[in-house]
Amino acid sequence: MNVYADNAATTKMSRTAIDAMLPYMETIFGNPSSLHTVGQKANEALCDARERAARCLGCEAREIYFTSGGSEADNQAIISAAMIGAKKGKKHIISTAFEHHAVLHTLKKLEKQGFEIELLDVGEKGNITPEQVEKAIREDTCLVTTMFANNEIGSILPIPEIGKVCKDKGVLFHTDAVQAAGHEHINVKDMNIDMLSLSAHKFHGPKGIGILYARKGINLTNIIEGGAQERGKRGGTENIPAIMGMTAALEEACANIDKNKAKVSALRDRLINGLKKIPYSTLNGDEVNRLAGNVNFCFEGIEGESILLLLDADGICASSGSACTSGSLEPSHVLLAIGRPHEIAHGSLRLSLCENNTEEEIDYMLEVIPKVIDRLRSMSPLWREKVNGEKEFILAK
Amino acid sequence: MALYSEKVMDHFTNPRNVGVIENADGVGEVGNAVCGDIMKIYLKIDNDIITDVKFETFGCGSAIASSSMATELIKGKPLSEALTLTNKAVAEALDGLPAHKMHCSVLAEEAIKAAIDDYYKKKGIKQ
Repeated sequence: MNVYADNAATTKMSRTAIDAMLPYMETIFGNPSSLHTVGQKANEALCDARERAARCLGCEAREIYFTSGGSEADNQAIISAAMIGAKKGKKHIISTAFEHHAVLHTLKKLEKQGFEIELLDVGEKGNITPEQVEKAIREDTCLVTTMFANNEIGSILPIPEIGKVCKDKGVLFHTDAVQAAGHEHINVKDMNIDMLSLSAHKFHGPKGIGILYARKGINLTNIIEGGAQERGKRGGTENIPAIMGMTAALEEACANIDKNKAKVSALRDRLINGLKKIPYSTLNGDEVNRLAGNVNFCFEGIEGESILLLLDADGICASSGSACTSGSLEPSHVLLAIGRPHEIAHGSLRLSLCENNTEEEIDYMLEVIPKVIDRLRSMSPLWREKVNGEKEFILAK
Repeated sequence: MALYSEKVMDHFTNPRNVGVIENADGVGEVGNAVCGDIMKIYLKIDNDIITDVKFETFGCGSAIASSSMATELIKGKPLSEALTLTNKAVAEALDGLPAHKMHCSVLAEEAIKAAIDDYYKKKGIKQ
């Protein structure tokens, strides 16, 4: 059996998204900036897509900027807010310890340029409170940027409440909603969101396309200089096929949020309850307040990459926060932020589900995963020492 | 191209010489849990010949494959020859490792040297 359980990394494109793209590759291939008919037809499609995407987020079409994806949108939102702040002498930015690197690395860059970055502690459960944000806001705070939902452990942050705090204090609020868009209800006006980033390939749309929503009146700083596209704030000929595919995928996802959440969260809980039976394992993140598709466990005594390789050999696609899979020497900063020791963080496994997964697939994973864990533990010197009582177990049995 | 060669995958999925030797003549352990790699090598030595070798590894696929290959390369060999085993030889025998995984082959070399060192110490032999 083949099981794709890495939907937080990327999703399979939907038929709807593919069908929405094809005409813009085959016939209406014009440049929306061109004066001729085929160009103007492409421009009409672009305007239509912008209107439809805006409706999905509860904003105006002129507040939608198409970008190359979530990372570019995060970069542009944060840099724009920093530039606006710097003009007023405000150089304090609040974020969280478990943001995506698109946010954290942008903040690091700003820190080198003299901005003061404050990362809020996310605690053991992996979340923050609006009170934490309120306490952290200072006279010179120019931006609060927190993710909508965490990509590794699935925590859903109290976005409307954080938005309210920021609005009351007159501080710009950006949210990286890459994991939430199309999966959780979003209305930027009701939630007091000033800027929001999303990426199409997380909800069955194409890769390389995303949206930055920026409330009108917020003066964006260009990351890409060029022509007059995107109200002059993002140069480069618009990727019309991708924009059409994203918009169709976003509409479909938003129309089915409740139905999909009910189905996927039931699968998720079945998987979590099964994996909990593995001794010396622990669920990362909150059991209740988490994305419908997110499952993330740590298994003591073994390393994540070897889990992934054995699962892959049995047809299961998953991911891990171990150092070996992150391409650095450190395990996942998210798992470290919720207090997992290095040794435990190395043994993590993320399974991220979508509405295309089935109960049979969950049961298959529950059959394979315990065997893989046992097999790796049987060849681990660390595990043997713990079993023999030479070293203490860190996780509960 | 896949991340790992077929040889690495073979040694990872069917590791040779996994296990423990009770009353081993030499035991070497390198790495630590914080870094996510621990290798432990057990040697049985008779007349300066490695008559048996077993390993246990906590780590990624290439760490397990490197341990497996390293044990194969030294089994039945004189200590003097085992001491000359380099990480490069382990990596080459595996048809190469990705650049960021070369440290796994280094751990294998170090674990073997540590196990032989332990044997010499137990015997009171100065090298």
